[in-house]
Amino acid sequence: MAQVIVVTSGKGGVGKTTSSAAFATGLAQAGKKTVVIDFDVGLRNLDLIMGVERRVVFDIVNVISGEAKLSQALIRDKRVDTLSILPASQTRDKDALTKEGVATVIEELSKDFDYILCDSPAGIEKGALLALYFADQAIVVTNPEVSSVRDSDRILGVLQSRSKRAEEKKDPVKEHLLVTRYDPARVEKGEMLKLEDIQEILRIPLLGVVPESESVLKASNTGNPVIMDAESSAGQAYKDAVARFLGEERPMRFTDAEKKGFLSRLFGGRAA
Amino acid sequence: MSWLKLFRGKQAEMPASASQAKERLQIVLAHERIGRKGDDFLPKLQKEIVELVAKHVSIDPGRVNISLERGGDLSTLAIAVELPGPEPVRHAS
Repeated sequence: MAQVIVVTSGKGGVGKTTSSAAFATGLAQAGKKTVVIDFDVGLRNLDLIMGVERRVVFDIVNVISGEAKLSQALIRDKRVDTLSILPASQTRDKDALTKEGVATVIEELSKDFDYILCDSPAGIEKGALLALYFADQAIVVTNPEVSSVRDSDRILGVLQSRSKRAEEKKDPVKEHLLVTRYDPARVEKGEMLKLEDIQEILRIPLLGVVPESESVLKASNTGNPVIMDAESSAGQAYKDAVARFLGEERPMRFTDAEKKGFLSRLFGGRAA
Repeated sequence: MSWLKLFRGKQAEMPASASQAKERLQIVLAHERIGRKGDDFLPKLQKEIVELVAKHVSIDPGRVNISLERGGDLSTLAIAVELPGPEPVRHAS
């Protein structure tokens, strides 16, 4: 039976799709059969971040409405052969998704995959609720910023009350905190919420910290999930997070500010 | 970019804003977590208070004001009921 993981946050723009793409790729690189589903119907973007936008023929709405078979809509990744992508529809709206339809898709995917990642849209409306409804585990993506932390708390409340596991009074959805766009230098100056503060407020186990990094934009520009950029701090941070998710113990990295030498102080320069 | 700072001189130190962020979040979330269990109780409370007061004094339901001030350790619920002055009071015979 596959594990269903939702990548969610409540707030938009915090890095859900970047994290979904990185995480799915990481799990697949670790040999797990992984599929990542874009639930943002009408605002499809996972295809771009994964670099498969030119290979989209059918989407999840076509599958639900019976216009295409699941196998026709799934896109096999060319870089990692255990990875598939199920795109969202760009032309329909969120009402095209139904609970029964999504249930059927997930059930069918469960037969062939170890992990089903659901990339949630922002907000707490239909698309987001359906993305989290079937989850066994949740990765809550949070930026060190008040509105993001508040929305994460809200989405945790939704997970605990409106997911299938909650409704059926089963074991609760396992929650993981993924802090992204973390800037240790600003934290040191007291300008940004500390990791410890975010953990203290949200009270869920920390899966990883992804530092603010220029490589994330570079990755999305080229359609390569940032985890494939092994040189970059963000790529390494995602690799660590995936390893922890799979049960490995790894110390947190990129959480302290780098000491700047005289030259970099003089000429600036940012972390890759 | 950064060497220009040398010429700009040091700007006045800002108080650390991160601690304010934490404090504000803790307060707002403490309240939101309570509210999550049930619906907002204020409208119902207001209705019931108006009914209760109206049993004893004739009041204008529009002149009842309820406000909630949320603090860290302490929240204040203020209920202001405007009682009618002497002239407009009409007793039903």
